[in-house]
Amino acid sequence: MTTLAPAEVEVEQPREADEVEHDRPWIVIVWNDPINLMSYVTLVFQKLFGYDLAKATKLMLQVHNEGKAVVSSGTREKAEYDVARLHAHGLWATMRQD
Amino acid sequence: MFERRRIERTPGGDIRLRLPRDERALLRSLPGQLRRLLVEAPEDPSLERLFPPAYDDAESEAEYRGLMGDELLEGRRRALRVIEETLDEDRLTKEQAEAWLTALNDLRLVLGTRLDVTDDMLLERLRPDDPDAFEISLYAYLSWLQEQLVEALAHDFRT
Repeated sequence: MTTLAPAEVEVEQPREADEVEHDRPWIVIVWNDPINLMSYVTLVFQKLFGYDLAKATKLMLQVHNEGKAVVSSGTREKAEYDVARLHAHGLWATMRQD
Repeated sequence: MFERRRIERTPGGDIRLRLPRDERALLRSLPGQLRRLLVEAPEDPSLERLFPPAYDDAESEAEYRGLMGDELLEGRRRALRVIEETLDEDRLTKEQAEAWLTALNDLRLVLGTRLDVTDDMLLERLRPDDPDAFEISLYAYLSWLQEQLVEALAHDFRT
């Protein structure tokens, strides 16, 4: 028994690690740029994500003042969908696993 | 004191265009130029901002490009077509106005990249003998139009 226990742990560990890896959400980041109008960026956040004016404005100001902001997160598929929609609207968006 | 808004929201929710003839002629000349650039010189550095990378690593980025590239390009071309087809209208539907918004923004992204816009002080660069004077003025004009369009459309996204 005592010799089996560590073996079990060894078998379990990688799988758990995989699951954790797989579960880590992807985040979508919008970067500051000098061309997009602040009012336009706010509008795009409202349109694409359904954020209210206060939340969209806060995110826009974060992009403007801090250089970037996380605007959405989720599965890789969802993040890629959001990035593509942001790209379609001309925003500088990237994604990575958190 | 000369400013007269070119784009307004009507009480009925449509978007009213009040563009003088010379401005319509100017706007008519732009979509074709961007379309030609997209088709004939897709690697032109001024187009960089239209197709930013989604991923850091090259493999995922190539996959993303393969999956989304055509659709992103077609969306831009569609918006350019809408602006060309509706330039003589006095009113735009919400959908047409959103296409205008996309097309105006794309034109500004290309112009702004070409002019190497780095801050909001662009107009301070404007001197009569600057070889970029026309493009700087055009960029400022398109920004002014886009700001009005955003304001007219913002009503629909207010929650």
